[in-house]
Amino acid sequence: MEQISLYILPIIILVIFLVAIIKKVAVYEEFVEGAKDGFNVSVSIIPYLVALIVAISMFRASGAIDLISGFILGITEKSLVSADIIPIMLTRSLSGAATLGIFSDLAAQNGADSFVTQMAAIMVGSSETTFYVLSVYFGAIGIKKFRYALLTGVLADIIGIVLAIWVARLFFLANIG
Amino acid sequence: MNYVFFILIVVSILISLVNGNVENLVKGMLDGCNLAVKVAFSLIGLMAFWLGIMRIAEKSGFITFISKLLYPILKYLFKDVKKDSPALGDISMSLGANALGLTNAATPIGLKVMKELQDENSNKDVATDSMCMFLAMNTAGFQIIPATVIAILVALGASEPTKIILPTLIVTTLTFIISIIIATILRFLWNYKENG
Repeated sequence: MEQISLYILPIIILVIFLVAIIKKVAVYEEFVEGAKDGFNVSVSIIPYLVALIVAISMFRASGAIDLISGFILGITEKSLVSADIIPIMLTRSLSGAATLGIFSDLAAQNGADSFVTQMAAIMVGSSETTFYVLSVYFGAIGIKKFRYALLTGVLADIIGIVLAIWVARLFFLANIG
Repeated sequence: MNYVFFILIVVSILISLVNGNVENLVKGMLDGCNLAVKVAFSLIGLMAFWLGIMRIAEKSGFITFISKLLYPILKYLFKDVKKDSPALGDISMSLGANALGLTNAATPIGLKVMKELQDENSNKDVATDSMCMFLAMNTAGFQIIPATVIAILVALGASEPTKIILPTLIVTTLTFIISIIIATILRFLWNYKENG
């Protein structure tokens, strides 16, 4: 599986270059021309990255995630989800690195073959850092009014979490019961 | 986003004061600043590389080919994008990069799409319906193989790490479709609210 992912990238680039040569494109000149924008775009997103990454970093450091996890656990049905999985639900829309960290920790503590780990794996594998994507993508082009983009992302994330719990129970619960 | 930012910062500080771990909070704040610049700088090379490759793909007609292939579907989702816009091909490339888990390529190509959509935007401060739709598809996180998660499971000695591929694919596909539906519904609601 890992092998396939490894080969995809070079093959795509190879195809692009072969087509370009057939079409007599000046590959070197065009590459450099396109690459010129790389610096400006990357630097222009720094303010947005600082705002979001600092806020998330502070949020994690303050212990807010543990507090909210405890709160959510208090109001949900105990049997539905394990307490360990709630931090993943909270961070998966915010930070990819943090989510992978929490997931590794959870898998190490509960065992790589446990039901909790499987549910968490589905939840992490189907997630995207919504807040990060929105702020960086809109930030790069200077959009200030997001309109319904944030609401769409948050609603889809909530539905994604519910689906992950449901599908995990469907696939894996029989195995341990 | 103003609310999200405000809540994250204020709640963090309040909770940290109650918990008495202000030291962590300040460290988190400073680490965050450094990390943001590190992320941006590591993006410079990648961004330049992919923009270069994409320029070659564009000049050789590769992108036009893909956009023609997917145009029948994309025209319904991106109604305000013109037929000959370069954005359509790049949207396909971006979604393809995401689906294949090529995170390195996905961000540069995604940012390129946003720039192209912005070129067609008459009000530069406000997001267009196409931008919202593109981000809805993007934030849904559609991915065929969750390679990173599998790698972690392998590292921790899972007996059958590939067992999670099918259920993850089901969840990610459903979320992707639902996300498009949500964006479509909200598009109607917002346009109704804004234009009466």
